[in-house]
Amino acid sequence: MLTIDRATYDSIVAHARRDHPDEACGVVAGPAGSDRPLRFVPMTNAERSPTFYRFDSMEQFKVWKEMDDRDEEPVVIYHSHTATEAYPSRTDVSLASEPNAHYVLVSTRAPDTVEFRSYRIVDEVVTEEEVRLVSQEE
Amino acid sequence: MAIEVRIPTILRSHTGGAKSVEATGATLDELIIDLDKRHPGLRDRLVDDSGLRRFVNVYLNDEDVRFLGGLATPVSDGDVLTVLPAVAGGAS
Repeated sequence: MLTIDRATYDSIVAHARRDHPDEACGVVAGPAGSDRPLRFVPMTNAERSPTFYRFDSMEQFKVWKEMDDRDEEPVVIYHSHTATEAYPSRTDVSLASEPNAHYVLVSTRAPDTVEFRSYRIVDEVVTEEEVRLVSQEE
Repeated sequence: MAIEVRIPTILRSHTGGAKSVEATGATLDELIIDLDKRHPGLRDRLVDDSGLRRFVNVYLNDEDVRFLGGLATPVSDGDVLTVLPAVAGGAS
């Protein structure tokens, strides 16, 4: 299960809407081992594409170093699909490389409906999980 | 010459769980060959027939080696090499 606060959830959805029709991507960092996504870090999609995303390599280096210095890890790795459902594609699965992360997919195909789903992707096996929203105070 | 190599979570099965290992060489290519002698299988995860794998990022100190000289990039004692799998994917 992914437990995430409402403000972070809203920030992810807003980022996906803002970059539509291109795919948006980013991470939510949290203390290592805590499984708590607390620090929202939107990333540049270096591909600027409606069907592909890739973190800019230098930006990724900087953000990963920052997480290391703060004893954090990428608790959530998110990206959007802009014309298809919020389910990992074959590309998503074959490139998933953070076995401890929650992979969040947001679809912006419908302007009025939010599709926000979360998965574990380990050894190319996809497991969907429940998303539990909490208020920030919790 | 010893160069520190930082290993991402997903490749630590090759290093017995170690986050950071050492290797030697005068170029990135030599370094990766030495790394593979110490931790068999690692080279194949980093390099294919055309050079560095497309979805693996390798940084020498603070630079992406793609913007340096790829596998021919000279390395020296005290350098730090960081390996990060690219975060990528998409609907297609």
